Amino acid sequence: MAETFITFATILSGIAFLLALGRFLKGPSTVDRVIAFDVLTVISITFIVLSALIEERGIYLDVALVYALLSFLGVIAIARYLEGRF
Amino acid sequence: MYDYDTTNKQASGEWLLDSNLHAEKKLKHSMRDRVVLFATLLLFWLMLNGTLALDSLIIGALVSFSITLLFCSGLSFFTEFRATPQAFAAGIFYYIYFFKELIKSNFKLAAIVLNPSLPIKPGIVKVRTKLKSKMGRLMLANSITLTPGTLTMEIDGEWIYVHCVTVESTDIDEATAKIVAGFESYLEVMYG
Amino acid sequence: MESAMDFMGGFLLLAGASFLLFGGLGLLRMPDLYNRIQAGTKTTTLGTILVLAGAAFLHPEWGLKLLLIGLFLLFTNPLSSQVLARAAHRGGIEKTPETMVDKLAEDFPESIAKSTTSISSSSNKIGDKS
Repeated sequence: MAETFITFATILSGIAFLLALGRFLKGPSTVDRVIAFDVLTVISITFIVLSALIEERGIYLDVALVYALLSFLGVIAIARYLEGRF
Repeated sequence: MYDYDTTNKQASGEWLLDSNLHAEKKLKHSMRDRVVLFATLLLFWLMLNGTLALDSLIIGALVSFSITLLFCSGLSFFTEFRATPQAFAAGIFYYIYFFKELIKSNFKLAAIVLNPSLPIKPGIVKVRTKLKSKMGRLMLANSITLTPGTLTMEIDGEWIYVHCVTVESTDIDEATAKIVAGFESYLEVMYG
Repeated sequence: MESAMDFMGGFLLLAGASFLLFGGLGLLRMPDLYNRIQAGTKTTTLGTILVLAGAAFLHPEWGLKLLLIGLFLLFTNPLSSQVLARAAHRGGIEKTPETMVDKLAEDFPESIAKSTTSISSSSNKIGDKS
């Protein structure tokens, strides 16, 4: 039963990923792309957790944590750059 | 800030006594901050490892200690936290209220997004906070961002600029009562 | 007992994923950047936290690490969107014409990039009318 739920959750987040990707390609401004990128990374974290559930391997969660850390730092760095305050 | 103070005191002859007091207060404060930072880092390490084995405990303590020595001004969740029973109780109620608001905000947003006519009325309003501590203001800003239709854009002293999806009132006091007051009452007890 | 945990976990997974879907939809539909940020940040935060909670129900032994990821997201996600919104406002990204009032541009007109003076003044006029 749990597998069915996981499959449906993966499909739903896959559609969410495509929608965010649409905004990423559409723009129009740089900040639009950055916010779409931020959403894409958070959805990717969900994917990593879901794949950990499918493969039943807890070690994937460490990847998710490091990914969250790096994406946060990346977005902050880009935002500071856009403000012109380096 | 401190420089200005000491020059004033120098003129009035109380300089030596007061600067000693200042130094003592500063040292005590940074000592508490360091202990808090060390504890937070160690807790993070232990949660990451998920084990209480002696070797990982020793390595974690060592690494946390060296980071604490290097970066004394780190901001952590418990910085400026008032460690009183009331503060802990307020913390629990704060999180209950927070999650309730977060879920409410998501349903509200889903309703707006799914509505074909997209009923929004955006604007940036200005609200005032009573909180004084850095961490309290940071938590308030984060909470505002995650609650129904509001997004913190800028903090300038006691003023917070908030972007709203649907503006209900542009008056500062009314907007403060609607957006800030709910969280502020808890955070005031927790951080001051 | 086991199947109840499974059902609860699966339900939370589905709820989280559907909030993510609403977030993606909001990101695409909202008329201007600031509203997009709002749609993006709230839904992804709750959506991911619900998925993490669902995973914790399915695999209780992962609970601590999932809690760590959830706490981290809860603190960093709003922060990064705040910083982005501020950068966008300082960079003078256009607001939708429906915007009623912009107190930030009124109070700090000098901090906004030059190219946008026409945009911020037009939004002021709308604010005066209403």
